[in-house]
Amino acid sequence: MTARGGEGVGDGVDAGGLLVDVVVAPRDVTVRIEVPPGQTVALLGPNGAGKSTVLGVAAGLVEASSGTVALAGRSLVGVPPYRRRVALLAQEALLFPHLSVLDNVAFGPRSRGDGRSAARAVAHRWLARVGAEDLAPRRPGTLSGGQAQRVALARALAAEPLLLLLDEPMAALDVEVAPAMRQVLREVLLDRTTLLVTHDVIDALMLADHVVVLEDGRVVEEGPTREVLTRPRSTFAGRIAGLNVVPGRWGPGAVTRGEHRFHGRPDGVEPGPGEHVVAVFSPSAVTLVGGPAPDGASNTWTVRVQDVEPAGDRVRVRTRVADLVLTAELRASAAAAVDLAPGAVVHLSVPADAIAVHPAHRG
Amino acid sequence: MGTVTESRLGAPRWLAIPALLGLVFVLLPLLAMLGRVDWPGFGELVTSDSARDALGLSLRTSLTSTVLCVVLGVPMATVLARTNLPGRGLVRSLVLLPLVIPPVVSGIALLYTFGRRGLVGEPLEMLGVEIAFSTAAVVLAQTFVSLPFLVISLEGALRTAGQRHEAVAATLGASPTTVFRRVTLPLVLPGLLGGAVLAFARSLGEFGATITFAGSLQGTTTTLPTQIYLERFSDPDAAVALSLVLVVVAVAVIGLARPGRGVL
Repeated sequence: MTARGGEGVGDGVDAGGLLVDVVVAPRDVTVRIEVPPGQTVALLGPNGAGKSTVLGVAAGLVEASSGTVALAGRSLVGVPPYRRRVALLAQEALLFPHLSVLDNVAFGPRSRGDGRSAARAVAHRWLARVGAEDLAPRRPGTLSGGQAQRVALARALAAEPLLLLLDEPMAALDVEVAPAMRQVLREVLLDRTTLLVTHDVIDALMLADHVVVLEDGRVVEEGPTREVLTRPRSTFAGRIAGLNVVPGRWGPGAVTRGEHRFHGRPDGVEPGPGEHVVAVFSPSAVTLVGGPAPDGASNTWTVRVQDVEPAGDRVRVRTRVADLVLTAELRASAAAAVDLAPGAVVHLSVPADAIAVHPAHRG
Repeated sequence: MGTVTESRLGAPRWLAIPALLGLVFVLLPLLAMLGRVDWPGFGELVTSDSARDALGLSLRTSLTSTVLCVVLGVPMATVLARTNLPGRGLVRSLVLLPLVIPPVVSGIALLYTFGRRGLVGEPLEMLGVEIAFSTAAVVLAQTFVSLPFLVISLEGALRTAGQRHEAVAATLGASPTTVFRRVTLPLVLPGLLGGAVLAFARSLGEFGATITFAGSLQGTTTTLPTQIYLERFSDPDAAVALSLVLVVVAVAVIGLARPGRGVL
């Protein structure tokens, strides 16, 4: 592979990683995020947490108030977007409507100075790579959402970026086509330095080596994907991992949060008294009972039902106690035995051996 | 089902009456004019020397001023739509000024700028360049009054198009010039064409500023509107015939511009 377009298919163009260590004062974002070379980091967090701001800073579209942005050992501070070699794929494909699919993909190579036919040859290769070669002569207006997003991915990759930014690339796709797009991404992201913003735990699981969780413009949790999703320390990571996360302080043998105490088993070394910890438990470990409060049972809290929805062959019940949302997943038979109307008061209990206690992330 | 919804949610019925009145008000004068056309003599009237000179001059100068409007207006609209310069609102108002000041006032202003004793005219005359009462003056007058039409249309199109495609193009490695040429301009092409057509139509109909600043010399500064104005007493039949020509050209221009989405 000597042609320029052949590079980047995992053959060492990605020689260095990304460092974003910045303050964006107008949006109250202060983060330090690293993407090791060739790896994919998923940026998770609720809406307004600052995820898109981080992408904007990396792409050069949002100006940081202070700090460092570096890619492949080169500082990007003051470097305009078109000289950064950072390509962005957003929720919407944003194909250029006046150009054919082929010329859309050839746009990056053309901008780099390739001739028309050389650029088109590169474009053909990348379209084939994402399984969209037959779309080459089409106009963007005639494509489905999934097709357009594949083409947009080919267009981003054809620009030979050193860093790929993905901003919820599957969010606008139909549920039937998202898996195919995810599979294409999984293939092309191998050995490619990528920062991926997503809401979807499946994206994180299938595409990301590492996960960074942002809340209110700060990193609240980070680590290898598997670890974050199995041992979440922030309520957001817990939610997307489908686990209940209760932050509190370690009291004698229990996580204490206000007047509530959650007995559990410390994960590894027992935390010191007063240390920030989280209690983590699965919704399927939870039982709900109605009627008067059971006397003296440990790990039982009186909660209010917020909403109920089906979850496979089970019923997912979200309940609220103070400012905490706790989710229970019950068998339909168990759910039928309790009054689950929104607002109903029920008693939630979890066996202590189903609650894992970890030290909280100190960001 | 669809028609039921539409008729229920449509405009109140009584609006049809004033709307119809407005339509009649627009069309009736044109019909009245058509009724006065001397059809047997029409060919001769519109092919006289003076008429042919006037029509030719009008088309030439209007095309030239349209080109000038594009050359000056595209950068103006882009700067207005894409930068955050302080005082931009004020600049926009100033650019639109020729829309609201009477054309004859524009003519006077141009005279004191490019006329013999004008701010720019005087030094130019020392260099041997005379603008006032020349064909160049006609073009300047037309450009002056037409420029806002192009700037407004294009700025609107630029704002509607947004900057997201431009951002994507930049991350693909396109320099600002490449983005402007290969993304921005193609995206707003309908708006640009619409604006150019409006500017052309305005130039074609320009009269007040032209006669004030350029005067009336057959073949040099007498455009079709000026010719019509001059002949309306001396030769009313010729004036009506030439007016019809101008209406036909205008209708043709509007027909041309219609594909330009939402501009006209």
